[in-house]
Amino acid sequence: MPVVDHGVADLAPIAVAAPILGAALLMLLGRRVPRLALDVAALVVAAAEVALVADVFATSTSGRVVTWVAGWTPHKGYSVGIVLVNDPVGAGAALCAASLVFLALLYSAGYIDSVHGHFHCLMLLFLAGMVGMAMTGDLFDMFCFFELMGAAAYGLTGMKVEEESSLQGALNFGIVNSLGAYISLVGIGILFAHTGSLSLPILGRDLAHQRPDALIVAAFVLVLTGFLVRAAMVPFHFWLADAHAVAPAPVCALFSGVMAPLGAYAAFRIYWTVFAPVVPVGDVRRAFLVLGATTAVVGAIMTLGQRHVKRLLAYSTVAQLGLLLLALACLTSQGTAGALLDAAGHAGVKGALFLIAGVLLDLYGTMDEAELFGRAARHRVLGWLFVAGGLALAALPPFGTGLGEAVSAEAAVSLGYTWVPAVFVAVSAATGGAVLRVGARAFFGLGRRPVEEDGAPSSDEEPDVHLRRVPVSMTVPVVALLLAALATGVLPGARSAAERAGAYFVDHAGYVSQALTGAQAHMAVHARANWAALGVGLDVLSALLAVGIAAAACYGPRLPALLALQRRPMRILRAVHSGRVGDYVAWLMVGVAVLAGLVGLPLR
Amino acid sequence: MSIYAYVVAGWLLVMGSLGIVRSRNLVHAVVCLGIAQSATYVLLLGVGYQRGAKPPVYGSAPAHPSLHVMDPVVQAMTLTDIVVSATVTALLLALAIQIRKRRGTIDPDELTAIEG
Repeated sequence: MPVVDHGVADLAPIAVAAPILGAALLMLLGRRVPRLALDVAALVVAAAEVALVADVFATSTSGRVVTWVAGWTPHKGYSVGIVLVNDPVGAGAALCAASLVFLALLYSAGYIDSVHGHFHCLMLLFLAGMVGMAMTGDLFDMFCFFELMGAAAYGLTGMKVEEESSLQGALNFGIVNSLGAYISLVGIGILFAHTGSLSLPILGRDLAHQRPDALIVAAFVLVLTGFLVRAAMVPFHFWLADAHAVAPAPVCALFSGVMAPLGAYAAFRIYWTVFAPVVPVGDVRRAFLVLGATTAVVGAIMTLGQRHVKRLLAYSTVAQLGLLLLALACLTSQGTAGALLDAAGHAGVKGALFLIAGVLLDLYGTMDEAELFGRAARHRVLGWLFVAGGLALAALPPFGTGLGEAVSAEAAVSLGYTWVPAVFVAVSAATGGAVLRVGARAFFGLGRRPVEEDGAPSSDEEPDVHLRRVPVSMTVPVVALLLAALATGVLPGARSAAERAGAYFVDHAGYVSQALTGAQAHMAVHARANWAALGVGLDVLSALLAVGIAAAACYGPRLPALLALQRRPMRILRAVHSGRVGDYVAWLMVGVAVLAGLVGLPLR
Repeated sequence: MSIYAYVVAGWLLVMGSLGIVRSRNLVHAVVCLGIAQSATYVLLLGVGYQRGAKPPVYGSAPAHPSLHVMDPVVQAMTLTDIVVSATVTALLLALAIQIRKRRGTIDPDELTAIEG
């Protein structure tokens, strides 16, 4: 069976296994070697992983890299083997994960309590889960890596075992996500019973031309549920803020930057490879436009109402994931390209913001916006970096987030959804504005001192470490992440590359035939300039609005009437985010029913 | 395979989930999660079951093994699933115990460390 290049095709399984071996090694060494050696060893493994994945990614940009693990190639169109299919999107997601883990390890080096290497070990297992999930072309394999990633993530969230909120956040995270994964597994079982296969290309080929009957719709909804829980789609999103508020800052950067977006990646990967020919495009598009917009708006409102900095950033991630779903929901290669650029830019920006929040926590021992007021004034550089992150979150050109939102907005407009750009502008302005407000208050002491009743009660939180000054190993990752976000929007050809990757991602027939017969598929897109007038206009508008929102929050008069207007809905919305895992599971069941209704009812 | 196994699987999934919704005890919630997961075991094994079929063990015997065997793929999936569940359940129970130690309660209604 012909493959692109045997060397690189063989590298893909190694890229999945390497971090697991590294983690095992670190567990062995954990108690025997000094902390410095652990940091160095983990960094070396992560750097090697970046190099491995970068090699696969570079090859995948000129065509998919297909690997049937251990040579179980298809025989007469069927195989019991597991296939890894690396297109630029999958390999790119893996590259993003590996780079972010490297930077998070650099940030933690010497500071975050390692607990005899357990922290490093969990980080590497987490990385293996993410890389495996991004590369695999097999449904059950995807479930396994999803759970590996999940188990490592629950452990990382609950690292601070002496802290009650940390434990409770990890438990909520674990129960909701595992239940989601089991619901996905039920869907996988149904699909297997229906087709006798687990590999995405075979499933896609065998399901094509079938009628979308109740069984297929049920399988579609159930399989996607687990991944959409990870993607924090409303009403599955409750766990995300609980987990982010309590996890160590470098772990939060990974959760927001890659883990949650990978959920959306997996959901749409499964849609495109398996269900695209069966479930009508119109239904899926409508369902995800509705759910994406709801997610974005709920996330934005919750962001504005927070004063715990990490919870605020977490809700802005929910809003951003909503925008990502909106872009993917266009179900076109251009929409997918927008989502890719947005996700890449967001990974850098949100990673940097969480790392700065972590520094603040370590310096001042609090995450409360009111208590931080004016205290960080001597860290001007960090302050400007935080402001830059806020502006990038508000989609200011030329950051990658801005480019991604511009491309997504164009994709939605070309389909006739003119309301989508309005959601993009409003939501990025709100989340960016909230971050700018925090930056202005904490680093520059602008405006009035916020009073106690201004926001939700914040939980007490122990810092990851106690710092007196900010070490270089903490600032370097922040700068690197912001530069990466900038590069996504500035590098010439970024847009063309994303559009080519998007074209590979949505190419159902090419995916199936290349995985099963080895027929090479090449995607040609004509080169385009990154920025177009419409996108720049929208982005500048949302950045200006964000500055306005921040200024209004800092300097604006207290408006009792306005507050009274927003108070009641805010109270209801906050009461819904109760912190009780039972409520979250109830919402999960509601969400499954809503998704089934949105996709299934129009088919009747 | 009769419809019975599928009904049981659906019942377990729904009851497990409802159990978590109504739970007043975190250990109880984690066990309910395990019940919801056992739905997947029943479903997977039900999918691979054939009446009167042999186990999928060939050893060195026939050159043309009978095709009338249980599906080994779902059995492998179930085993993997059990491993996953053991890991997650152990981790979640450890967290619940730790919460009890710190807080003296595992009633989710009395835990108020996280809100809004």
